[in-house]
Amino acid sequence: MSPFRVPGRGRIDPDRPVAFTFDGKRVEGYAGDTVASALLAQGRHLMGRSFKYHRPRGPVTAGSEEPNALIGTRRGPGRFEPNTRATMQEIWPGLAAESQNRFPDLRFDIGAVNDAAHKVLSAGFYYKTFMWPRGFWDKVYEPVIRAAAGLGKAPSERDPDRYAARYLHTDVLVVGGGPAGLAAARVAAEAGQRVTLVDEHAEIGGTLLSEPQARIDGQAAWDWLAAERDALAGLGVRIMTRTTAIGYYHQNMVGLCERLTDHLETLPEDMPRERLWRVRAARVILAQGALEKPLVFHGNDRPGVMLAGSAQTYLNRFGVRVGDRAAVVTSHDSAYHAAFDLHDAGSAISAIVDVRTAPEADLLAEAERRGIAVLAGHSVTGTAGRLRIASVEVAATGGTGPARKIACDALLISGGWTPSLHLFSHTKGSLAWDAERQTFLPDRITEACHIAGAGRGFWGIGAALRDGAAMGAAAVAALGGEAGARDFEVAADRAGSGESRTELPRGRAAGKSRAFVDFQNDVTAKDLRLAVKEGMRSIEHVKRYTTNGMATDQGKMSNINGLNITAEALGRAAPEVGLTTFRPPYTPTTFGAFAGYHRGDHFEVTRKTPIDGWAEENGAVFEPVGQWRRARYFPQGDEDMDAAVSRECRATRASLGIFDASTLGKIEIVGPDAAEFMNRMYTNPWTKLAPGRARYGLLLGDDGFIRDDGVIGRLADDRFHVTTTTGGAARVLNMMEDYLQTEWPDLKVWLTSTTEQWAVIAVNGPNARKLIAPFVEGADLTPEALPHMSVVACRFDGLPCRLFRLSFTGELGFEINVPARHGRAVWEKLMAAGADYDITPYGTETMHVLRAEKGFIIVGQDTDGTVTPYDAGMGWAVGKNKADFVGMRALMRPDLIAAERKHLVGLLTEDGTTKLEEGAQIVLDPDQPRPMTMLGHVTSSYRSDAMGRPIALAVVMGGRDRMGEIVHIPMEGGSVSATITAPSFYDPENERLKL
Amino acid sequence: MLLIHCPYCGETLPELEFAYAGEAHVVRPDPSTASDEQWRDFLFIRSNAKGPHAERWRHIHGCGRFFNAVRDTVSDRFLATYPAGTPRPDLSLSEDER
Ligand SMILES: [Zn+2]
Repeated sequence: MSPFRVPGRGRIDPDRPVAFTFDGKRVEGYAGDTVASALLAQGRHLMGRSFKYHRPRGPVTAGSEEPNALIGTRRGPGRFEPNTRATMQEIWPGLAAESQNRFPDLRFDIGAVNDAAHKVLSAGFYYKTFMWPRGFWDKVYEPVIRAAAGLGKAPSERDPDRYAARYLHTDVLVVGGGPAGLAAARVAAEAGQRVTLVDEHAEIGGTLLSEPQARIDGQAAWDWLAAERDALAGLGVRIMTRTTAIGYYHQNMVGLCERLTDHLETLPEDMPRERLWRVRAARVILAQGALEKPLVFHGNDRPGVMLAGSAQTYLNRFGVRVGDRAAVVTSHDSAYHAAFDLHDAGSAISAIVDVRTAPEADLLAEAERRGIAVLAGHSVTGTAGRLRIASVEVAATGGTGPARKIACDALLISGGWTPSLHLFSHTKGSLAWDAERQTFLPDRITEACHIAGAGRGFWGIGAALRDGAAMGAAAVAALGGEAGARDFEVAADRAGSGESRTELPRGRAAGKSRAFVDFQNDVTAKDLRLAVKEGMRSIEHVKRYTTNGMATDQGKMSNINGLNITAEALGRAAPEVGLTTFRPPYTPTTFGAFAGYHRGDHFEVTRKTPIDGWAEENGAVFEPVGQWRRARYFPQGDEDMDAAVSRECRATRASLGIFDASTLGKIEIVGPDAAEFMNRMYTNPWTKLAPGRARYGLLLGDDGFIRDDGVIGRLADDRFHVTTTTGGAARVLNMMEDYLQTEWPDLKVWLTSTTEQWAVIAVNGPNARKLIAPFVEGADLTPEALPHMSVVACRFDGLPCRLFRLSFTGELGFEINVPARHGRAVWEKLMAAGADYDITPYGTETMHVLRAEKGFIIVGQDTDGTVTPYDAGMGWAVGKNKADFVGMRALMRPDLIAAERKHLVGLLTEDGTTKLEEGAQIVLDPDQPRPMTMLGHVTSSYRSDAMGRPIALAVVMGGRDRMGEIVHIPMEGGSVSATITAPSFYDPENERLKL
Repeated sequence: MLLIHCPYCGETLPELEFAYAGEAHVVRPDPSTASDEQWRDFLFIRSNAKGPHAERWRHIHGCGRFFNAVRDTVSDRFLATYPAGTPRPDLSLSEDER
């Protein structure tokens, strides 16, 4: 056993040694140890380097508020996590831990030159240093600071772990398993409530784990705790350890992160690493205790400087003495007890320095009994020691005597206690300054919650137990139950009092003092004063200017000290300056926990059409369109996309192409007022459209801009089959419902999404009619009976079918709608029958090319939410004699009829071979000085097999009045010139539709 | 996650079932008589209230209906929900008086 381990002390298991590595060296601890306690047991305090100045640092706490002892942890390949708090990470055989922010190693670190340069890295350096000279940014600041900055190393491998998520409903959620939380849970459970008790540590108990000397109702604290835990379990209380309440959200939803495997040697099969719980609780009891505050003095960050309460925890919970010879500096009674415990365990206490002038007489007597010198009314003016504290320099406050040097290998500090009200703060509950306790306490409560114990300023185990029981009873009463008060007899309790201080009196000029307030972000008292001097008045501004409290610990230790020092510099009282806001999560939480199941294939649903399987089997290359995956092209042999698309285009125009259009949005609009509703929604007139005919419909927003389009068939006087774009289906239905429900509730119309009811097979090409004719029953396919833009209900291969004649390619085309479940069978029959015509399946890429050759727009590609029907050259789709339609009034607004609007046009590159880049900007004169005047941009661009050259669509300012003009498209390799044409390239007279 | 009361379903349900739909009581003017300014205001001018704000929601994954709500934009608390087409409730009155 190492000399710093106290036999028989603590809750570790001396029969179960556990070996792990720290920076590659073997370290032995015991089951129950954390990385920090195991290293401290080896006499080792140095565990990391600070973020900004790379100063050597050791743990100052024994809990989740730890700012310094951040380590990387590794469990074999793929499992690395930076910024783990050594004070929370339990050890297990094989754990590989490493220190951070150091190069080449922890004892000698090159980054420590930052420490010598601290004058240029003072408050606001983020805002000042990097502003000028401009040229320094790219060459110096960016590369150098990027290399040196950052906390830990981001993992480079894919996270192989799984993360789970659960919901939980409970009557009473108790956050914190210390005395207050235990008492509250017991009272609520005995009153019959369903109770959930969570604690972030490996076991419940809180303060009781660090104060075994206390006796509760005649029992030793740990015996009482064991009995209480059994009683709670017997009452059905759900006790969740290693579980952090990370955030308190609306209406009593509390987020919990349960860590399931980070402490285990072997990972159980199928066990998630963490589980995120969303708990909805009828009442919440926050019993999160209090956090000890450091004192602020020159050199207070040296390894070996530690909060007194944490030293007491290391001794009593882990059986570790944090030093052989400890000094104490305090403004609170509690540090005396830590000193006494340490003394009684065999360490020397070189002195207790009390910054107060008159410590309690009984504490002085206890110190004297142990032969410990107490220096009341003294201040610390500095510390010494390179990688570990070696001495502390003290002087009488306000006195003239010389400073004394006291040798020590650990310095226990205490500046008093701050209630842990982070979760309460998430609820926007307000805090009020309590002058007597010199701290903020909960004031206005906004959620159905209670704060118990130290959170309300009750110090000591007895007070916490009694308040916990009272708050448990209050929660029961709020739920309509009944619970009586409960008293506890507590002996050897350690309630005490103290004083809140700012930076301690100095032995040097204020400007030379490096007294740390925020250890993790390396913010000193001097930085805070500088921020005030430079004009910061609001505490929120001081926080951002100095970054005080902005590290991953969110200032758990630094906030109150920072506030006090800022208030002093401002010459105002602390409560007038106010606190900054705490936000979730309470402690750093993995992205894995938040992502839960939503990763990989489960990140988002993939919608597949009934024909998707055929496409996959036949070598389709897919692309995502909204949530759908669609076949993009069907390469044969070693064809690339260009070759495949060129072949698909050629085959379709020459003979016959087949395309899966099932993803088209479909809405059935039914009712006596269906035509009137269509008149009001779409720009086009619908009244005179006869049943059996179809029309291209254009949908605007009330701002006049194109939102969606699609072919709409009238099946009967009171029934329309509307198609929408693939991505717009849900949006269009929502918009229609909105107008129907809230603007025109008098219309008798019903809207139904039928997107997934129909499989849609588009067949295009001169042989399209010949292909389908043998399958169709109950419809006349002759051009006279079924002209372009018509629809007929019939049977297709015996199946109910809505057969559209329409064309998005410029060729003779049909869209066969059959019940979705028959989609693939029909497709396969058409493929077989089409062999005579060299039927060619094509994908979305060919569809895009064919439509662009015809100048048909894709909403969202050729339009961007600022394009009117007139801009797009589709004034013909706007009904001229309608009383109203969505967007009609806006089309008359001055801005929307201005001459210099951008129009949709075609572009043909002058060389006839260059394909323009979609999104490229268009200018009139490529030699004009920068920034150039831009006329518009390229919206669609393809190689066109039919035209034998690349074609493009573009929006160009005043484009329709610039036909034949040459414009220029500046590209990286030089400017490309192109001629403006009409946005229709192939068969502009639509001769090919007349089949 | 907020819990929202659907005035049609009569149930208080998780926010996930609902979709926000912009400010409530923005009247769409008669397009045949509306001036450019009136149409501009209808399209673009919103109250951006700090505090109680009347807004529209849709129980999109439930009954599918649009309704109105008064939500405090500071506390993010729903003060009332009520059917579309009904006036904004006077929240200074008790629930019986409304
Ligand atoms: Zn509903």
